[in-house]
Amino acid sequence: MSHESVNPVPIKHKYFTPGVIALAIVAVNGLVFLMGRFFFGLGAVTNLNNQYPWGLWIGVDVAAGVALAAGGFTTAALGHVMHREEYHAIVRPALLTAMLGYTFVAIGVFVDIGRWYFIWHPLLMWNGNSALFEVGICVMIYMTVLYIEFLPIFTERFIGKVNLPGFLSILNKPADKVLRILDKGLSKTMFIFIIAGVVLSTLHQSSLGTLMVIAGPKMHPLWQTPILPLLFLLSAVAVGFPMVIFESLIASRSLKLKPEMHILSRLGSMIAPLLGIYLAFKLGDMFIRKTFVYLGEFNTASIMFTIELLFGVIIPLRMFLSPKVLKSRPLLFTASALVVFGVLLNRINNFIVAYNPPYSTSSYFPSFGEISVTLGFVALLVLAYRFIVLNFPVISLPTKPTAPKTKFMIRGEEK
Amino acid sequence: MPDKSRRDFLKKTAAIGAGITALSSPNAKAGPENILSPDRMGVLVDTTVCVGCRNCEWACKDAHGLPAGNLETYEDRKILETKRRPDHTALTVVNEYSHGKNSNLPVDVKVQCMHCDHPACVSACIVGAFSKHENGTVTWDSDMCIGCRYCMAACPFQIPAFEYDKALHPMIMKCDFCFDRTKEGKLPACVSICPVEALTYGTRTELVKIARDRIKRNPDRYVNHVFGEYEVGGTSWLYLASKDFVELDFPMLGKNPAPGVSESIQHGIFAYFVPPVSLYALLGGIMWITKRRKELEEEGKI
Repeated sequence: MSHESVNPVPIKHKYFTPGVIALAIVAVNGLVFLMGRFFFGLGAVTNLNNQYPWGLWIGVDVAAGVALAAGGFTTAALGHVMHREEYHAIVRPALLTAMLGYTFVAIGVFVDIGRWYFIWHPLLMWNGNSALFEVGICVMIYMTVLYIEFLPIFTERFIGKVNLPGFLSILNKPADKVLRILDKGLSKTMFIFIIAGVVLSTLHQSSLGTLMVIAGPKMHPLWQTPILPLLFLLSAVAVGFPMVIFESLIASRSLKLKPEMHILSRLGSMIAPLLGIYLAFKLGDMFIRKTFVYLGEFNTASIMFTIELLFGVIIPLRMFLSPKVLKSRPLLFTASALVVFGVLLNRINNFIVAYNPPYSTSSYFPSFGEISVTLGFVALLVLAYRFIVLNFPVISLPTKPTAPKTKFMIRGEEK
Repeated sequence: MPDKSRRDFLKKTAAIGAGITALSSPNAKAGPENILSPDRMGVLVDTTVCVGCRNCEWACKDAHGLPAGNLETYEDRKILETKRRPDHTALTVVNEYSHGKNSNLPVDVKVQCMHCDHPACVSACIVGAFSKHENGTVTWDSDMCIGCRYCMAACPFQIPAFEYDKALHPMIMKCDFCFDRTKEGKLPACVSICPVEALTYGTRTELVKIARDRIKRNPDRYVNHVFGEYEVGGTSWLYLASKDFVELDFPMLGKNPAPGVSESIQHGIFAYFVPPVSLYALLGGIMWITKRRKELEEEGKI
């Protein structure tokens, strides 16, 4: 176990605040429109049609959701594969974000497909040529891996504390035993899942980019390129740490905790090179395919591409290069938020803005219902995150420097 | 029939009820088939012959059990003033364009699935619900489809249509080249009803020859282009026209099959699982080395 003092605990804070109630209202509003989708069909709630088969739900809930959950595998690679134990404090929050993120990606897919009751079909019916099949299978397996990676947090919470109500209390002892066996087995095999998680992530993050390659000339040349899978992977890797910082700073503000600035600053110093690699490939691709000519035209595509590149990559890249930004909480937050915004916009651009069907009579803009459902899912995710960090040992409290270093971790003594 | 065996397979798996057993079953076919028979059939559409009577629209609906209405109502040419697309109510439609060279008559273009030789939908479909059959037909299997609509995003001709108004069991609707009729030796419904023989049904190889021959004999009548001969690797439906195909709203497409690039990327990433397995091994190695180094460091300190 780690000799660095990492001390994840359930945070003591009340659940309901005015902000939480506002989020709950947004969530309920989304669920109402979601019911419309299930009772009256996709056409009743969305602006999708035969010209635009994919919209906000695929672009944001699924594609951007997967990308923004990349913090899970990048921090796992850093903390566990590279054994950089100084980062262990952020591995658990990132894991939780990834777990919830992928759960909502799966829900997003579930509500978007026309025949949701056939969602299990890809498990039995394989099409190895299909990029979507690869994404589907990888996401399913990776989600399982994330849940397994989260299990130790669950066992840690309950070992020695199993307290079932009423007559079920006779099961307290066996349940405790099961948890202990599970915990022991998991700690011995966890490395298998951690590596699998990283491999699965690189696979489906890139295959998500392959998805739109088959649309060929239907996609605007500013985005349509054979290296789309590489760009998707690089941008996912680049957005992993900014997302962790973004989320960590919001959580610490909301839960009135002292932000772990020393870890976040060091994490921030790694972002510039990652963004730089992404930018290099993005620009290189643009110059090799000479697509910069399209930037001269003044239209939605060129404006969106410029915003995506300038505010989402170039400005935050410059910011992360500055030591002043890395040390300042608001500036670090701004820079991270810009990268998150950039990747979000990139996925929207790839799946919605760039998509230009040959026989389109009008352009697509998401309906109020679609936006409601997407916002509702985001709200639900935040609410679930808050519930879990208040009840499970996810967030590490900064320990006092005087605390003696313990070599062994004690998890509720056996009775 | 491959279609039937797949359906049987489905029933079997449903009967077994356990997904896991089916996974290991040798019946589980990896991916849809994509057979290109030299005798595959096609249709040559001569838009210079078509008069826009829209009988084919009626026959198509009638053959596919869609509400077709009275054939006489199709004589109303007003509907031709707006450009239409095939959808879940009509698998084929006729659009009218201003006249081409050497004629004052309008040009009428029948639109339906092109039945590509290398279909994007077959390659894209997550569950392999689309199949390219030996006779050239591209069909969709309702028992497999999950309604993800990736086929629609992939199709270069924007053909597959989805029933957005249905909450349960929405269908992907597109021309199925009258698969059930041609199996029995009948002509596709549209070909069979066409009163002016604008549609010619035959083997694709033969149709290309006929098309080339018509252009050669009447160079004034046609533009020198058989649409579908090379587009996206060739299509079963071929078109002749008296004016540039772009003016008739045909998409400008290259000669490479639509799924070519994506399939090579896909198979590159997954070449016999070598790249993912090597990545796994590499990460495992790094993990072991860094862990060992940490341990040595700690021992050194003690």
